[in-house]
Amino acid sequence: MTDVEQTILEFVRREYLDEDDDTEITEKTQLISSGIVDSFSMVSLKTFVERKYSIRIPDEKASAEAFDTVEGIAAVVREMTAK
Amino acid sequence: MSYSEALRGRYRADIDGIREAGLYKEERILHSAQAADVEVEFPAGSATRQAINMCANNYLGLSSHPEVIAAAHAGLDARGYGLSSVRFICGTQDIHRELENKLSAFLEVEDTILFGSCLDANAGIFEAVLNEQDILIADRLVHASIVDGMRLGKARQETYKHLDYAHLEEKLKESQDARTRMIVTDGVFSMDGDIADLGQICDLAEKYDAMVFVDDSHASGFLGKRGRGTHEHCGVLGRVDVITTTLGKALGGASGGCVSARKEIVELCRQRARPYLFSNSVPPVIAAGALRVLELLTASTERRDKLEGNTAFWRTRLQEIGLDVRPGTHPIAPVMLYNAKLAQDFARDLFLEGIFAVGFFFPVVAKGQARIRTQISAGHERHHLERAAAAFEKVGAKHGILGMGKKEIVEKYGL
Repeated sequence: MTDVEQTILEFVRREYLDEDDDTEITEKTQLISSGIVDSFSMVSLKTFVERKYSIRIPDEKASAEAFDTVEGIAAVVREMTAK
Repeated sequence: MSYSEALRGRYRADIDGIREAGLYKEERILHSAQAADVEVEFPAGSATRQAINMCANNYLGLSSHPEVIAAAHAGLDARGYGLSSVRFICGTQDIHRELENKLSAFLEVEDTILFGSCLDANAGIFEAVLNEQDILIADRLVHASIVDGMRLGKARQETYKHLDYAHLEEKLKESQDARTRMIVTDGVFSMDGDIADLGQICDLAEKYDAMVFVDDSHASGFLGKRGRGTHEHCGVLGRVDVITTTLGKALGGASGGCVSARKEIVELCRQRARPYLFSNSVPPVIAAGALRVLELLTASTERRDKLEGNTAFWRTRLQEIGLDVRPGTHPIAPVMLYNAKLAQDFARDLFLEGIFAVGFFFPVVAKGQARIRTQISAGHERHHLERAAAAFEKVGAKHGILGMGKKEIVEKYGL
């Protein structure tokens, strides 16, 4: 797992799980389709990576599909930071 | 393009998919006016059945109140059936302005603008007053119409955990680069009956120089000692910048909504809010009925007092029966069942006992949070609530969940 994935994973655990929630989340866990993150609160995930990596992610790249796993989000971050 | 067989087939497949996912919504057909006692046809085509309505937003029992009906009749006679116009062309009547002024006085705000619904109000407000330099920070469980309204606007979006004001403060600290920040919350959350702590929210708003937006659809008319809403209940009258609410629940139950806010915000909505600019005026019959509703509620708190008593009685009875009712004081009293199929079966069995209540499950509520959402009305008499309680006890016993909490119900039925 890369540093980017680790950072996003930690944010997801802190932001979307209750303190007593022991749901196992990895970089491959489906976040939106499993109901851990809903399509509305997903904006917080987008805001976090934009601020953390000083990037702007266009709406078409911040789709529910692209943001469904930590792996997918990290791929979008890498693409945007490479520009 | 013609409506081809291929296209028809695609839509049929979509509908089948909804059905297979267990998400297909069957409408229950009422053969009576909205009230505590209703005559229901369900499933469609079956004989009608008398039932006690435990799932209406008719909190104050005004949907079929004779004085409201009489006022609506008078409004129909005096100002006609419709305006055939949007407000800014030739669709503003004296009673529209009168209703806006009366709503402002009732809610104790600077000004009010009527919309066709609260959904329209929420769809119009954010785009009208905020842009990409600004940020909206919303509770994660706000109503779907707020989510849609936020998406229609250009302001940046952020969310905080439901009712978690330490988390909200973090978000406020992180967003200090924004020109304007607006905290967005429901006054009362429709699925849980949770009441937002507007005292804490207004304190944070003042500390971090943010505005406060509250959708008070499930509070206007009855929450607070005089029924003015969540802002009265929380002691923050005058500190909330924007209230949106509906005439479709406690305030008569017909339709229509409004933005009640600082006067410049209302004025900007009149100039820019697209659902206001491009859809017809609220019909005169509704404006006249709603005016009478506000007169009734201003003259006496009797109906909201009765609702408060009914709610306390109902919540206590559910607990005595041994059902897992979500704690709170609001007339929305969810009976938690956690499992979606159990919620559906429970609602079906209640209907056979003459009780009209609906099961809610994912995606309307979070996975594993299925429930029967009961809603109490001032239109209920004690005999309605006693009969409903007996039915809940009988059905709860049938499913073997009386006295059980979440852990035991989940062990028995799964999530």
